[in-house]
Amino acid sequence: MTLAVAMSGGVDSSTAAALLAENNANGGTPRVVGLTMQLWNQRRLPSLLGAEGDGSAAHATGRCCSLDDVYDARRVAAFLGLPYYVVNFESRFEEAVVRPFVESYQRGETPVPCSLCNTEIKFARFVETALQIGAERIATGHYARVRYHSATGRYQLLRAVDRVKDQSYFLFGLTQEQLARTLFPLGDLTKEEVRAIARRKNLPVADKPDSQEICFVPTGNYRRFIQAYLNEQGQKIESAEGEVVSSDGRALARHAGVRNYTIGQRKGLGIAAGRPLYVTQIDPVGRRVTVGDGSELFRRCLIAREVNWIRAVQEGDSFEAEVKIRNRHSPAGARVQALGLGQAAVEFAEPQRAVTPGQAAVFYAGEEVVGGGWIASVLD
Amino acid sequence: MRRVYFDNNATTPVAPEVFEAMRPYFVEQYGNASSIHWFGQQARAAVETAREQVACLVNARTNEIAFTSGGTESDNAAIFGVVEAARSETKHVVATAIEHHAVLHTCQALEKRGVRVTYVRVGSSGVVDPADIERAIRPETALITVMHANNEIGTLQPLEEIGRIARDHDVAFHSDAVQSVGKIPVDVEKFGLDLLSLSAHKLNGPKGAGALYIRKGTILKPLMYGGHHERDRRPGTENVAGIVGLGKAAELARAHRADDAGRVAALRDRLEAGMLEGVPLSSVAGDRARRLPTTTNISFDYIEGEGFVIAMDLRGIACSTGAACSSGSVEPSHVLTAVGRTPAQARSSIRFSLGRFSTQEEVDYALAIIPAVAEQLRSVSPHYKRREVGVRS
Repeated sequence: MTLAVAMSGGVDSSTAAALLAENNANGGTPRVVGLTMQLWNQRRLPSLLGAEGDGSAAHATGRCCSLDDVYDARRVAAFLGLPYYVVNFESRFEEAVVRPFVESYQRGETPVPCSLCNTEIKFARFVETALQIGAERIATGHYARVRYHSATGRYQLLRAVDRVKDQSYFLFGLTQEQLARTLFPLGDLTKEEVRAIARRKNLPVADKPDSQEICFVPTGNYRRFIQAYLNEQGQKIESAEGEVVSSDGRALARHAGVRNYTIGQRKGLGIAAGRPLYVTQIDPVGRRVTVGDGSELFRRCLIAREVNWIRAVQEGDSFEAEVKIRNRHSPAGARVQALGLGQAAVEFAEPQRAVTPGQAAVFYAGEEVVGGGWIASVLD
Repeated sequence: MRRVYFDNNATTPVAPEVFEAMRPYFVEQYGNASSIHWFGQQARAAVETAREQVACLVNARTNEIAFTSGGTESDNAAIFGVVEAARSETKHVVATAIEHHAVLHTCQALEKRGVRVTYVRVGSSGVVDPADIERAIRPETALITVMHANNEIGTLQPLEEIGRIARDHDVAFHSDAVQSVGKIPVDVEKFGLDLLSLSAHKLNGPKGAGALYIRKGTILKPLMYGGHHERDRRPGTENVAGIVGLGKAAELARAHRADDAGRVAALRDRLEAGMLEGVPLSSVAGDRARRLPTTTNISFDYIEGEGFVIAMDLRGIACSTGAACSSGSVEPSHVLTAVGRTPAQARSSIRFSLGRFSTQEEVDYALAIIPAVAEQLRSVSPHYKRREVGVRS
């Protein structure tokens, strides 16, 4: 059997590859092949590279798909003696991740491109390429666990042992077919252990810093990215100006477009009110951004769309779960009900701060990811 | 694992005789060919012998051969050289749409400097019509550059006819003959060429050595400055070992060319026929008669070329999706697009290129594997599955 390991050039996927490569060295199965997905060409939007003037130039740190990262991944693969290839998914990535990312912001949402990338690219397109080259299973450096549950005959997605690094939130879209093919060699390890293994094995990237930002937004400034991308597409950025209003509807200021705002945002509102103000609502149609006190940010209910159920859940089922509404959110108790048309309703026991359309709502039962979907609307 | 190399258009193995000829020029005969002393004279003699060997291969005079670092440098030196030296106020270049990137990107760089370039189209044959070249010529045309053999599909361009046209219009004529020199007869006189680029590593010589044929009287502005080497045409200490290797490779090619071409063509035809028969929905790009004996470019519908090449490599067989220089690029090949292949066909295209050391046994070995690999890729193609459903209903 052949196994394809996705290698980004970072320490996590390199260590995952190293753990699997021990098999190659022993002549055992599976045979491991390293693949790097070329997703985005940083040279496409040169205005974003090193033009910040604040020293945060893109080349200062390793970024996904930079030539440096491909170089690192290739070096690690050579070090481990793995067959290694770069596969080009640029057009699919743009279509399935970058464009929806930009459009989501234009709708006044705050998207999670990493989840979309996992669903559309890493566990879909990548699996297809793996099958093409004869690899029936794939592995990635994600912090999460997969377990086969014999009683139900289904694969479970579980949180990583390292609760801080746990990436199960970004993986809620995986299907049974994808989970069945996937290995997460780092799921039982802590980040410290992964670094230690990388050092012990003398991996060339053992001390490479972790990447933090969205991989295709080199400076971490998504507003500039959207601007540059729309420019490149020759899309006239029609005036998207609108009003910033208070909770009681008073006009406080003008804004340049709802895409520049996210729910819960405090900085950069340009309003002197003598007390902290937060974005509490975004109305993309009326181009209206509502601001108010922190206490106004709390909501009790949400509707999720495009819900993927990892556990067998039927329409109409209702259950208690802990629901996570952004990566850094501590899951909160809620009742989840599966609706028709791939939707789910979530009612929290306690109102939650800054429930944001475009983010993912992921439903946990203890360690296990029951399912998740995209936050479509938020209700009181 | 057994390895088979069918990517000879990317590069070829150095022939053992070539390697032996080069060997003394690293440790023993290390002189600088420009030095006065004995050491230098040994190196100079070796370089000049190589010059004779190369000149002989393309029917040139020795003083018309300048050594370079390879095909790309030769192309740059020829095209920039002629155009920059031209006196006219507006300048124009005629090229074809299927040139190698070493020519294409050089022309594009000239365009940024205000030079006009006409890229003459080719039909589905992959062979340019000389009449189209003639129609593209303007009073201010400084250069016609047409490749001899296309690197992706192997088709041969009618250089002799184009040479006559160039002469009639008194326009300098350059050919990138990197893929053809050493494989089929190349004659600068017969073709009426003023400039010709060739590279050692495509004819079982070493990488990093090449030559530019410059007809006597052709005025070139040099690319680089630094010394009086190569008659002021290319400064820099000569790569003596590389040049010796190129010379030896040229000599071997001249001796073996006729035999090799027939034998390799037969192997290529066997491979091609076997694939067309063994893999349904496959087709060959370009004119199958007027092409290099080494090359076939075949499209397997519903197969992604990238995945196919990797799957083949994991089974020990080296082939490619096209030019090695554009591996990893998203754009479908400009050559395949130019010969009328759809973007889908272009992405399904695989180039197999054979060489002097290819054997029938290797061809048969590959033919035993290729249909299974093709089936493996098609079995996971959603488009292929949909097509099957469509056929049944």
